[in-house]
Amino acid sequence: MFHVLILTVIGVLLALAIGLVAKYFGAEQDPRADQLLELLPGANCGGCGFAGCADYVKAMLEGRAKPGCCPGMTPASLSKASFILGVEAEERERKVAVVCCRGDESVAVNRAFYNGVTDCVNAVMVANGGKACTFGCLGLGTCARVCPFGAIEITEKHLAVVHPELCRGCNKCVEVCPRHIIKLVPAKAPVHVLCSSPESFKIKKGVCSAACIGCRKCAKNAKEGQITFNGFLACINYANPPEAEVADVCPVHVIAASKAQQSK
Amino acid sequence: MFNQLHFYGGVHPEEGKVAQSSPIAEPPILESYTVPCAQHIGAPAQPVVQKGDKVLKGQLLAKPNGFVSAPVHSPTSGEVVELTTCLGPMGNQIPAIIVKSDGEDKAADPMPLLDPANSAPDDLKQRVGDAGIVGMGGASFPTLVKLSPPPNKPIDTLILNGVECEPCLTADHRLMLENPDAILAGARACATILGVKKVMLGIEANKPDAVALMTERAAKFDIEVHQLKVRYPQGAEKQLIYALTGRVVPSGGLPMDVKCVVQNVGTAAAIGEAVTLGKPLYERVTTVTGTPVVKPGNWRFRVGTFYRDAIRLSGGVKDDVRKIISGGPMMGLSVCSLDIPVMKNTSGILLLSESEIVQYEPHPCIRCGRCNDNCPMGMMPGILSEQIENMRYDLAEEWHVMDCIECGCCSFGCPAHRPLVQHMKRAKAVVVAKRKAAAAAAAAKKPKA
Amino acid sequence: MNTDTENNEIKMPDVSRLIISGAPHYHSPDEIRGIMFMVILALLPACLAGIWHFGVRALWIMLLTVASAVAWEVLANKVMKQKLSIYDGTAILTGLLLAMNLPPTVPEWVCVLGAFIAIVLGKMVYGGMGYNPFNPALVGRVALLLGLPSIMTHFVPPMHSVWNWCSAANTVTQATPLVLTHATPHTRAEIVVDYMDLLIGHCSGCIGETCFIALLAGGLFLICLNLIRWQVPVCYIGTVFIITAIAHHASPSAYATPVSHVLSGGLALGAFFMATDMVTTPLSRTGSVVFAVGCGIITSVIRLWGSYPEGVSFSILIMNALTPLIDKATAGHPFGTVRTAAQEVGK
Repeated sequence: MFHVLILTVIGVLLALAIGLVAKYFGAEQDPRADQLLELLPGANCGGCGFAGCADYVKAMLEGRAKPGCCPGMTPASLSKASFILGVEAEERERKVAVVCCRGDESVAVNRAFYNGVTDCVNAVMVANGGKACTFGCLGLGTCARVCPFGAIEITEKHLAVVHPELCRGCNKCVEVCPRHIIKLVPAKAPVHVLCSSPESFKIKKGVCSAACIGCRKCAKNAKEGQITFNGFLACINYANPPEAEVADVCPVHVIAASKAQQSK
Repeated sequence: MFNQLHFYGGVHPEEGKVAQSSPIAEPPILESYTVPCAQHIGAPAQPVVQKGDKVLKGQLLAKPNGFVSAPVHSPTSGEVVELTTCLGPMGNQIPAIIVKSDGEDKAADPMPLLDPANSAPDDLKQRVGDAGIVGMGGASFPTLVKLSPPPNKPIDTLILNGVECEPCLTADHRLMLENPDAILAGARACATILGVKKVMLGIEANKPDAVALMTERAAKFDIEVHQLKVRYPQGAEKQLIYALTGRVVPSGGLPMDVKCVVQNVGTAAAIGEAVTLGKPLYERVTTVTGTPVVKPGNWRFRVGTFYRDAIRLSGGVKDDVRKIISGGPMMGLSVCSLDIPVMKNTSGILLLSESEIVQYEPHPCIRCGRCNDNCPMGMMPGILSEQIENMRYDLAEEWHVMDCIECGCCSFGCPAHRPLVQHMKRAKAVVVAKRKAAAAAAAAKKPKA
Repeated sequence: MNTDTENNEIKMPDVSRLIISGAPHYHSPDEIRGIMFMVILALLPACLAGIWHFGVRALWIMLLTVASAVAWEVLANKVMKQKLSIYDGTAILTGLLLAMNLPPTVPEWVCVLGAFIAIVLGKMVYGGMGYNPFNPALVGRVALLLGLPSIMTHFVPPMHSVWNWCSAANTVTQATPLVLTHATPHTRAEIVVDYMDLLIGHCSGCIGETCFIALLAGGLFLICLNLIRWQVPVCYIGTVFIITAIAHHASPSAYATPVSHVLSGGLALGAFFMATDMVTTPLSRTGSVVFAVGCGIITSVIRLWGSYPEGVSFSILIMNALTPLIDKATAGHPFGTVRTAAQEVGK
């Protein structure tokens, strides 16, 4: 009985001590901090240039950063955050990542079996990976592992595909891809060229049946300057994107309608 | 008689040096040679010939493009048929010049002869650059750069690397037996360039004939020969310097930080020939070996010989080949094609059959500590690989991943078959990329501020 | 891709069958399975000694424990939807080590329960082999010891009759040498412990821990094969020897001689087979030494002043918990780093 009493007293005293310390020595926190933190994606991706979401909130409250630095914020939460901070809401275009390759196992040639660590960075160091096209997606999932939002799927045929509805455009996959074939593009762009190889038609045809063949049909069907060419590769001018109908004229279907637009 | 010098850690893989008793053979002149312009670390050489030009053996094909670069010379006489690209051992396309031979193999006039001991150091240095000599042990770093240490880094010891610790390879061994004078002349020339008195040659104890022969010949050139313990990676620069001189190259440093320069014996022989015969570097000794090869042997291949021809000259294969490796089995690059040319740094072409293929799998670590004991750099590969698997490259950097010399001892000995060194290579690539990005960001910020 | 057929007599490699992978392309013949097999082989002399001392029932207990350990692992694999992991031999080894840590009189259900605790709670809940922080066999033993103290400390004298079926019911009990010296410190001088008996294991105790000679032989075998580090048993046993020697020297009547401490109890089994377990001990050689000395100190303290007569299991488990810290503290400076610091000062 006595033990119980002593323990109870100790417990109460400790609780009081904690409460008093919290009241008198606790750091003062801006009430807006919690609200702002709520609005951020919470992935601590570092895309804003600060060490995680909490640090970014601190920077915003101290006026060191604008609310627009976070690539992962939706426009709605961005305007809310601007309202909380009392600054003018910025207009910002939502960007998503897109893997510019559709050469999965069924269409792209493998020149050797890669039998090493399941990571694209490793594969590139070993005879430049198993895929014969040096601009092709290796599909070993390095981008999917760094994605803080789980927006990248590696398909059964070993191709990375970005799900635009989940993508917040934090740029992490773009940085990590050793083949540099992931691009950050405006979400409202209607079409993308899913090939990154500027090599000649001769080389490309031997390694991948889904490559851009550089036939320029798309350019003829689009307005001047909407589609440019880098070697044998069509490139969308995202500042002045062509209409979605361009996709229909491509004989190899390498120009695909944006999934972000389709999902709407 | 010799006490065997060694370093900390390391492993002893099966030696498999089946080709060590076959003398260096001269291959016939091939129909054409595909000479890559990037046979060295640094900027690719710039072609000085055009399609249709007639060239002689040893004539300049491409000139160096910058300080860290090296010229490329024609392996035979004939006609330049195409300036194109070819597949390198790394799997990337590199610029190349195709020379169609006329069968006469007529040599261009040799460069004026020099005396390795008494010519002016600057003349000798000029010759090393002009002859297109690069590190022939594997790294292919332009030798001229290595022999031009900045004035604040004095050099007092030249070390010749005749260790050849990679299993299977025997090219350096044969070279030491068959052309010791060229090696020693080259070493003397390097010593003259660097102005050093002390020249040391390290040879692994499994080549007693080479040790005996080199000891006998080296006396004349005032070069010390040391026998080293048979232990991989005895031939790694930092380990070799430690074994021979007891000096420790600082982390992130170069041999010149401890007043040493290390040259492979193959490089020394090339320098010797460039100096005493006036011959540029257009051929090298390469071992073609492996269990599937019909006639394993050592060849003096011209640069630009395809692996396909090298294997055919060795009698082809008798088994199903599953892996072709450029270099040795511990650090060599596995290649994906036979149409890859022999380059100045191709020390060996190794073929492996189905039964020799090793599978490295991400099994969990059983923490046996063997990687720790094996690591010649005293790192903790087990812990590092777990950090890297979890993409904590920041932690890996803290745990000194950048000191890794990629020798592969950790993976070799891992009973769980974990791909340890493979992880470290990735971490190094990621950290280097991160540092570059940080440097670029810092450089971009500066002008604004 | 094309195969080379231009010369019929020469066979060329088939490019389409090539594999590419990172260096190294060789691997030493070592494998987990081989290591575990060798450790089991090294335990055999002690097993045989146990059977010789305690009869065929000891063999039955060992078989039962090993079998249930394997069965639990299979079950855990199935529940966790993993690949079957019993082929690496670790379940057999854990079962065997656990059996050797049980008294010969334990009922069968205790073996099965112990195997469950060791395999499932000691290893599989952490994710399987390689991830467990504590030595699974010792987790099993200590859980049983704390939960079923009367069963786990029911020791019988050795009988030297292989066909003897020693169950708890039909034999007289006898305290282990350690219990004797521990429980009666003031009358210790009267207890005569014959070192020869301790060496060959002619005393009561757990199945596998009594015969010092057999354990030593197994340990030396492992050291010769370079599967365990000699520093671990030497530092462990050495530390126990030194501390107990000091205690004995200070008060010979209160504390047993250091030699009897070294030879009795589970020290040899712990030092050669438990403190050298790869998964749960530090990676580096220095770390292993720290680990072994720590085990020695805790074992001696428990034996001399604790309320339990034996402290090997506890000491190893406690040091297991400290292993990550030891790893961090003993992480070596890579070749060359010390020099840089000096040079930077020079600049």
